[in-house]
Amino acid sequence: MTATTAISLPALRGAGAATTRSALAQAVPPLVVGALALVAWEALVRVLSIPAFLLPAPSAIVATLVTDVGLILSAAQVTTAAVLGGMALGSIAGIVAAFVVSLFERAASTILVLVAILSCAPVVALAPIFNQWFGASNLMSKIAVAGIMVFFPVMVNTTRGLLRVDPLHRELMLSLSASPLQLMLFVRIPGALPALFDGLKIGATLSVIGIIVAEYFGGTANALGVLIANTAALSQFEQTWAAVAAASALGLALYALVLLLERVAMPWHHAMNRT
Amino acid sequence: MTTSPTDTGVATTTAPAISLRGVSKVFSTSSGPVHALDDITLDIEPGSFVSLIGPSGCGKSTLLRVIGDLIDPSEGVVEVHGRSAAAARKARDYGMVFQQAGLMDWRTVRRNIELPLQVQGVGRDERRAKARQMLKLVKLEQFEHHRPRQLSGGMQQRVAIARALSFQPRVLLMDEPLGALDEMTREHMQRELLGIYQATGTTVVFVTHSVSEATFLSTDVIVMSPRPGRIAEHLKIDLPAYRNDETRISEQYFAEEAKVRASLHSVLDESRRAA
Repeated sequence: MTATTAISLPALRGAGAATTRSALAQAVPPLVVGALALVAWEALVRVLSIPAFLLPAPSAIVATLVTDVGLILSAAQVTTAAVLGGMALGSIAGIVAAFVVSLFERAASTILVLVAILSCAPVVALAPIFNQWFGASNLMSKIAVAGIMVFFPVMVNTTRGLLRVDPLHRELMLSLSASPLQLMLFVRIPGALPALFDGLKIGATLSVIGIIVAEYFGGTANALGVLIANTAALSQFEQTWAAVAAASALGLALYALVLLLERVAMPWHHAMNRT
Repeated sequence: MTTSPTDTGVATTTAPAISLRGVSKVFSTSSGPVHALDDITLDIEPGSFVSLIGPSGCGKSTLLRVIGDLIDPSEGVVEVHGRSAAAARKARDYGMVFQQAGLMDWRTVRRNIELPLQVQGVGRDERRAKARQMLKLVKLEQFEHHRPRQLSGGMQQRVAIARALSFQPRVLLMDEPLGALDEMTREHMQRELLGIYQATGTTVVFVTHSVSEATFLSTDVIVMSPRPGRIAEHLKIDLPAYRNDETRISEQYFAEEAKVRASLHSVLDESRRAA
């Protein structure tokens, strides 16, 4: 065994630095591609002299972002609050529902099928109804739309994660005569975390979509979705695009936040994927 | 449990650690009932190392699981230290090791070993102390804080053995624990396992495919025949209690191995003739 030890120890010690380096190396190609795409876009607009109302150049969008920074930031603030609200509501409801369903193992697959059918409904179509229920200027009318959209992937993924137990772990816990609660705490919950985070990643994207589209149907004038709809109606397309860029940045930031939480919650998962 | 030699020096009597009386197991499958075990009667002495060997389909893994109360027998009685197998499992008499280590990725090596103690409600400090003791026993002290995936297959299997031994179970049930390892690691692990067995005095029931492994490790080898699973022969291995690499090349060892091999071959010939 000493031979194995001698070989594996230095290799393991170097692993930390290597993962940081490989994480950076992984980030480089998409960044390069993204930058190249922006350059190509800029060139296309200039060479073909595409009019701004069809497609403004990235430089023009950036310029608008700079001049209208106050307007866009205050709109983004309202939208961010709604997005986070929808994310929180949908995730918490989804996780709670997943726990309840996982207690009924036999009924679970039927319930999941029903939920999958329900999730096919275009939830954003409910936005005008929620405006009626909560009042268009009430943030809750937007949060409810996003919350429902987030609920489905979080609930379905987490339920599957909680129900999927490695047969070996099940047998081991049985041989130790562990209680159902111990199986839940020591095996099901940690085992379900990867699935939960997959659900949250889908949810993060959906939450932004849900809020922006719900805002199209009216509400506080000061919100990214409203800004996009209004400026487009007024043919102020540079402002429209600037607001779209801000909404995209919001979506990316939320996704990054989920990735960060995933790393904190599952340090083993990260280490595993690298090896 | 053990009566000391009588003053007449006549054969000593010991109450068996594990006693099976007329144990049968029938699995109902889509293609009809399968007789996995048929009328198994067997006594296992406390502190013995018993290997179950036989062609695939002879029910050796099923027998191990019936002893461990992971599968209910269709007929017959299993007693472990005078109690039912179910009572023995509830009393935490069993440590189990499977072909796959089945470690939990979300726990460090030490916390994997602590799992059975945690299930039993042992306090944190005591858990930690015992786990460290076990790490020493399997010679993995330096790997306390590693993740299972950072370890080689052989090292993972030693962690699984340490986990099974952490609460000093009276019976160690092992289902081809070295089957997934390469030849070199396997022989090394056999020596380690013998050392652990001799140090702890646990009763071991060991499922294996390997004649040499069964001979080298065991006090008793149970040769089983397939369809339905029956005990073909119960062989006593006549080798000194202390065994090392010298043992593997001794005349006595070769004679014992030949005995096991001959028994297994007659079972194979018979099942081939029946087929």
